[in-house]
Amino acid sequence: MAEGEEPMVVDGGSGDRSEWQGRWDHVRKFLERTGPFTHPDFEASTESLQFLLDTCKILVIGAGGLGCELLKDLALSGFRHIHVVDMDTIDVSNLNRQFLFRPKDVGRPKAEVAADFVNDRVPGCSVVPHFKKIQDLDETFYRQFHIVVCGLDSVIARRWMNGMLLSLLIYEDGVLDPSSIIPLIDGGTEGFKGNARVILPGMTACIDCTLELYPPQINFPMCTIASMPRLPEHCVEYVRMLLWPKEKPFGDGVVLDGDDPKHIQWVYQKSLERAAEFNITGVTYRLTQGVVKRIIPAVASTNAVIAAACATEVFKIATSAYVPLNNYLVFNDVDGLYTYTFEAERKENCSACSQVPQDMQFTPSAKLQEVLDYLTENASLQMKSPAITTTLDGKNKTLYLQTVASIEERTRPNLSKTLKELGLVDGQELAVADVTTPQTVLFKLKFIS
Amino acid sequence: MEKKDHSHTPWIIVVARYLEKWYNENNSQLPKNYKEKEAFRQLLREGILKNENGGLEDEENFEEAIKNVNTALNPTKISSGTQDIFNAEQCENITSQSSSFWVMAHGVRDFVQNEGNGNLPVRGSIPDMIADSDKFIKLQNVYRDKAMRDAAVVSKHVEMLLQSVGKTPESISEQEIKLFCKNAAFLRVVRCRSLADEYSVDTFNKDEITSCMDSPDSEMVLYLMLRSVDRFYQQHSRYPGVYNYQVEEDINKLKLCVNSLLQEYSLNVNVKDDYIHEFCRYGAAEPHTVAAFLGGSAAQEAIKIITHQFVPFNNTFLYNAMSQTSATFQL
Repeated sequence: MAEGEEPMVVDGGSGDRSEWQGRWDHVRKFLERTGPFTHPDFEASTESLQFLLDTCKILVIGAGGLGCELLKDLALSGFRHIHVVDMDTIDVSNLNRQFLFRPKDVGRPKAEVAADFVNDRVPGCSVVPHFKKIQDLDETFYRQFHIVVCGLDSVIARRWMNGMLLSLLIYEDGVLDPSSIIPLIDGGTEGFKGNARVILPGMTACIDCTLELYPPQINFPMCTIASMPRLPEHCVEYVRMLLWPKEKPFGDGVVLDGDDPKHIQWVYQKSLERAAEFNITGVTYRLTQGVVKRIIPAVASTNAVIAAACATEVFKIATSAYVPLNNYLVFNDVDGLYTYTFEAERKENCSACSQVPQDMQFTPSAKLQEVLDYLTENASLQMKSPAITTTLDGKNKTLYLQTVASIEERTRPNLSKTLKELGLVDGQELAVADVTTPQTVLFKLKFIS
Repeated sequence: MEKKDHSHTPWIIVVARYLEKWYNENNSQLPKNYKEKEAFRQLLREGILKNENGGLEDEENFEEAIKNVNTALNPTKISSGTQDIFNAEQCENITSQSSSFWVMAHGVRDFVQNEGNGNLPVRGSIPDMIADSDKFIKLQNVYRDKAMRDAAVVSKHVEMLLQSVGKTPESISEQEIKLFCKNAAFLRVVRCRSLADEYSVDTFNKDEITSCMDSPDSEMVLYLMLRSVDRFYQQHSRYPGVYNYQVEEDINKLKLCVNSLLQEYSLNVNVKDDYIHEFCRYGAAEPHTVAAFLGGSAAQEAIKIITHQFVPFNNTFLYNAMSQTSATFQL
């Protein structure tokens, strides 16, 4: 709470808990009354409200467009022990819809400002912020929550979160211990489209089971950008990817900052020149910024709707009030108001949740590069920069790793060597690490002729 | 043709060229069914350049052409939305009171019936496709130029219409006409009925309600329940089941309201007791998350109407948070 500001507590509070008569009446009706449509496990009781208020711990991932709505929805539904993780700081362009933030908050961490706002506004609510990447937190952290709800803007982060909750599952003699399951509720929006899904790790379809549902991300081929541009976007990408590193307009080692108007202005001017060469029209400042920052248009109402659907599911699962969504909801309000609900199926050999060892088939004369391409291009794997290690002669050997420059340089020659040359045999186990999963994925190499 | 040119010719041109060949051998008829389209795809495949070893060169533009055969070779039809607009009375009878929308619609219709030969003015944009810059820009310009010429013709029609009702040509700007032509295939008119029409025993939509209620768990039952709860409030000046002690006894009272509703509208449908119980259980509760879902939806509908962009729903939207399903009914 900033100095000299009035606390945003509603009048009439009494006692430590700031409860007032009838505060939770709306919620109580669903916890204390029996009904014909409740979950089979539901038991009407006055204790459920106490569980909600005192014990239930919810983790919200993301404090942006969806995150702000989620925090509000959960706090106003009776959840009081909420943690929120977000690695970003507030940008002025967030203010039109991320309503927990004000102009004075620009530059501050989203998680912290969001937590402050909700804690002030909702008496008794305790939101704990974490200004971190989800990858900076570990098993011990994630294990403490009853339910995790995501309002993320990246498929990679979703897959990581999915993998983390899968790694917490306990199997006894091959049987899943249900108490180790932490439900994951995932919401996503893009313009007027959105989806909400309920994932019970180990039991229902996970993020990776339905990876093909995500639209492929638009990355223009290099040859188009370098020599055959057709669209204004190609011109901007040319400047961003080829011209900037070459001309270093703001000095050595200065990275292109999409939020720096001077940088964008430079990219814009150069893009215009590039476009003029090829008679391409349509390069504007706005388009330039959109391409550099990979901006996807956001609509406040879609975020409100999807977050609401997610929060409803958190409530249902936390209280057994009703049967949860089974398991995927799609929303679109471009033409009318449309929703579609279906049950996404588990993939039998899902690389994340099936526990089925992943087979890879290659000829012994195939080059390691082909293995790398398979890991990144296969629609069900879609890895970003996989690191491949294996055991040779009893020792752990890194075959290729991209993310550390010195190791990349050292292992690069391996890419053009054949699997046989590298000493790999039929049945060889390859351990692959990637930003899309917190756990290493094991692959079994099968040689074919 | 040099290999580079061959592989970087936009797929639209590739299809057009091979269509010429096909017309020659097929009486100028488009491939009509799966078999013929497959034969056409085969023609395209045979057009892919071969390398020295007899294998196929990597010609992505030909791959695109093959992929697009299904949609590109369908005869162009005017969408039903636009057709309805052309057939509407407001389009037919232009007066000095007519809005610019209807004047332009009539103008486009005139174009379709004359210079357009049954087709709408060309939109002017093309999707991205594999091509070298020069060919792509040239192709793009062909479409852009035709669109401009078509829009100019429509403008002439619109001008004549305006003059015929005593208005100046400047009443509708070039920009408006261009935008209208560009989106001619996506025009929609949404007419929503009034609440009075929806509620009147003489004009309510009996068929829609009855047919939906063939499935007794259709969202339509929620509509009937909400109407019944309104009746309850009218009779008892309160909502059912607000206090715990009321829940049981209100079930019967609410059931009477349901029955009187169905009787008044001569609706021979079955409303399951479970729903009557559930609505008493609700006790007029307004869970925040359910309100937020509807609030967000309603807000966007208001924005659509204010900005004249995107299409509002027509006219009743029901959301069931228990099953996370919804339905739109035209009542």
